[in-house]
Amino acid sequence: MLQNWVVLLVSFAYLCLLFAIAYYADKRADEGRSIANNPYIYALSIAVYCTSWTYYGSVGRAASSGLDFLPIYLGPTLVFMLWWFVLGKIIRITRVNRITSIADFISSRYGKSTLLSGLVTIIAVVGIMPYISLQLKAVSTSFNLLLNYPDIVMPTGLGNLPVTHDTAFYVAAVLAGFTILFGTRHIDASEHHEGMVVAVAFESVVKLLAFLSVGVFVTYGLYDGFADLFERARSLPEFSSLTTIGTASSYGQWVTMTVLSMAAIICLPRQFQVSAVENLDESHLDKAVWLFPLYLLTINIFVLPIALGGLLMFSGGVVDADTFVLTMPMADHQEGLTLFAFIGGLSAATGMVIVATIALSTMVCNDLIMPVLLRLRWLRLNEKGDLSSLLLAIRRGGIIFILLFGYGYFRYIGESYTLVSVGLLSFAAAAQFGPAIIGGIFWKGGTRKGALAGLSLGFAVWIHTLLLPSLAISGWLPYNFIDAGPFGIGALKPYELLGLKGLDNLSHSLFWSMLFNVGGYVLVSLASRQSALERIQATLFVDVYRTRSTPSRSRVWQGTATFSDLYNLVMRFVGRQRADQAYEQYRKRTGADLKMASEADPGLVHFTESLLAGAIGAASARVMVGTVVKGETASMDEVMRVLDETSQVIEYSHQLEQKSQELEIASAELQAANERLKELDRLKDDFLSTVSHELRTPLTSIRSFSEILYDRSELGTKQRKEFLGIIIKESQRLTRLINQLLDLAKLEAGRGEWQISDIDPKEVIEESVAATGSLLSESHMELQIRVPDVVRRVRADRDRFIQVMVNLLSNAVKFCDGAEPKVFINIEETQEGLLVSVEDNGPGIPRGAEQRIFEKFEQVDPTATSKPVSTGLGLPICRQIVEYFGGRIWVERTRGTGARFVFTVPFAAGAG
Amino acid sequence: MNNPGVMGEKVLALFAIGLLLFNPPLLSLFSVNATLFGFPALYICVFAIWGVMIALVAYMVNRRAAAARRDGAPHRPDGR
Repeated sequence: MLQNWVVLLVSFAYLCLLFAIAYYADKRADEGRSIANNPYIYALSIAVYCTSWTYYGSVGRAASSGLDFLPIYLGPTLVFMLWWFVLGKIIRITRVNRITSIADFISSRYGKSTLLSGLVTIIAVVGIMPYISLQLKAVSTSFNLLLNYPDIVMPTGLGNLPVTHDTAFYVAAVLAGFTILFGTRHIDASEHHEGMVVAVAFESVVKLLAFLSVGVFVTYGLYDGFADLFERARSLPEFSSLTTIGTASSYGQWVTMTVLSMAAIICLPRQFQVSAVENLDESHLDKAVWLFPLYLLTINIFVLPIALGGLLMFSGGVVDADTFVLTMPMADHQEGLTLFAFIGGLSAATGMVIVATIALSTMVCNDLIMPVLLRLRWLRLNEKGDLSSLLLAIRRGGIIFILLFGYGYFRYIGESYTLVSVGLLSFAAAAQFGPAIIGGIFWKGGTRKGALAGLSLGFAVWIHTLLLPSLAISGWLPYNFIDAGPFGIGALKPYELLGLKGLDNLSHSLFWSMLFNVGGYVLVSLASRQSALERIQATLFVDVYRTRSTPSRSRVWQGTATFSDLYNLVMRFVGRQRADQAYEQYRKRTGADLKMASEADPGLVHFTESLLAGAIGAASARVMVGTVVKGETASMDEVMRVLDETSQVIEYSHQLEQKSQELEIASAELQAANERLKELDRLKDDFLSTVSHELRTPLTSIRSFSEILYDRSELGTKQRKEFLGIIIKESQRLTRLINQLLDLAKLEAGRGEWQISDIDPKEVIEESVAATGSLLSESHMELQIRVPDVVRRVRADRDRFIQVMVNLLSNAVKFCDGAEPKVFINIEETQEGLLVSVEDNGPGIPRGAEQRIFEKFEQVDPTATSKPVSTGLGLPICRQIVEYFGGRIWVERTRGTGARFVFTVPFAAGAG
Repeated sequence: MNNPGVMGEKVLALFAIGLLLFNPPLLSLFSVNATLFGFPALYICVFAIWGVMIALVAYMVNRRAAAARRDGAPHRPDGR
């Protein structure tokens, strides 16, 4: 049943089944009933790690060097134990930033650098090429083996056939076609390929079952279980070396392979694709973290038994150990099992090729070609319409190019190597991404220049110590390149760089490339400075768990763009329908009002950038959004302030300082207020004691005279009258004092009743003089009034004005007890208002008392008599009234003796 | 086990143990020319250690996931 056409038919049927699965899964995803959103599918898709290398190559490796096929699977197990710290973090960063590939990841971390993403892409393409060629070789070898069934003939000299007769070429072409169908049917607004993931998970099941079937067949079909097989294998001369590890060099290689595989499970573009980019739910990792290692364990159980069984069956080394999985069922004429084993191998190869080429072509398109095309101004891509067809064309071209390149490597170089050694070449290349990734997610100090230096140095050393020697061995370079070093320089011998000997070629290359890579990365990072964007990205990556879903990243864009600009931009890359869907979701999520003409806020700009990043990668998305959003990115200072943790601390301490200063000021104010309150309290006490004293004086005399009148009835009428007169006078004084107190209290509390109007000052003064007329004539005062003929009206309360005048006049009368008492009233018009002065020729005010006399109860008693002549409230009342009018009052010393009280009253508005 | 910090340390410890056991020189201790239950000693030892490691990781992850469900805490690998 193993005719050629059957094999071909089954192979095609299998590929079509894969495509149908992918198509169905995509359809389900579009309907919102995702199949891929499942932890088991996720774990199985990560098992794309097991390729033809595992399926055919491990057995070959086990047959030649024993258990050292194992480190390749122990390393990933160890890394998955750290899911907590490494994978989980990478997945979170990838999801939050909508990373599309490993190149996108590294370039995003170091400031969305296009140069860096291009470099990573080139390293990935060149480095993975041998790996793809390995798959082509495995498929074409296994197919050629089947063609000769029932004979077992090792296909040799395939490189000499013309390309058109070479199976591998057709394998490459068919795989390219299928990959294009899988991965590039349309450009999605999302970075996920759910169909591909489900198909790959299916392939993982197929290859596991196929391999286990062969294993069970060998162990229990050809032999009588493990014990029997191992017992018989003891007869093999190499048995003991295959079941132990012994020499120092094999130790070194063991450690090297562990390290390489640990790096590979993170850094291989296809592993990054399935475990990080295609991750739909972070909690899926909880299952994958033990399911994937369990898968690795299971698929490796039968490797050694099959290898030993093969060695027993095909003695003499006629049959290549890399083909044991297929040739053992063939030799036993198990046609069904042979076909199943072939399909298993095919699935292992196609899974890897599909995922790797999709990942690589996405990188080539997003991170290498698009950024260049967008920068070429003469192409005017920025102004062209729908670009999604261009994107598709580039990706399809990338897939074809990568597979042809892989085929070329297989045909002209890789044929002379075993599967595992070719694969390890690729692992060593992928491991170069390790320092930039691990450093990037744990160390904020890593800079773009550091990453560029580390990657290029590491890649250069890899080329020199692994890739170029493989060219030399294949005859494409003179062989003495290896023996004597390039240009005969012994220090540059690729397997003994700088004279380092004693390591196997792989360990030697890994040591030197990592030394240069890590050294370059760290040293250049320490010596260079980060740009603002780099610092932001570094913080976003390293502190991904600390920053909330989307922190102040929106601040990065500070410019203006309208919504229609952004919409048109997205539409050109992903098509109208998907753009509509995306913005509809955004509108629902944020409740934002999206109008075409309205200005886009930073949040919307950021959303657009991440939307584009999902389709064309962060570096290109940034360039594209930059063409639409006018204005600068956030200023350095602002970015620092917002995002830098250190500056946040500084900010906090600055705020604290400010707060403590404010507190100090406040406490000083409180202290001042307290002082003032104490002062007021003292004043109040003084006031009360003065008031009570002032009140007691008249009361005492009233009381004593009343008592005299009451007790002594013998007093004569005249004396009685005199005493009664004193009582009346003192009562009047008491009443006046109380009235004035009340008046002042009212004025001070602002509760006085005012009737402000425009009044004629001349008339008011005349009235005041008339009111005090009797007082003046009593004390024989001479009164002189000097008033201009016409005086402008003033704005004041008439009664209060009179009160001030009467107060001042009666003061003058009280204090002028000289021989010729005189009082002058003078009125002038000044700028300040009407200026009224009342001058007497009394004893005057002592120096330094000019201010004091306007305070309550302050009496300046020039004669120092004990009997007070006034209440001490008149002048404070006057001051309150004048200040209420908007004028001021003060006292001046006259040329002779005497005092001149002056006050101003503002003119009435518009008074002419 | 409720403390995520302690959990993280346990994971790191398991990783360190695995790193030591899966590599020489500790690995070479099992590299003897003898059989266990009919299997070569190194072969059976590596797979046994491997299996135990996987079981331990699965146990720890499940404990943590259960704790997270109980606390209603969001899924945060480092527990912050």
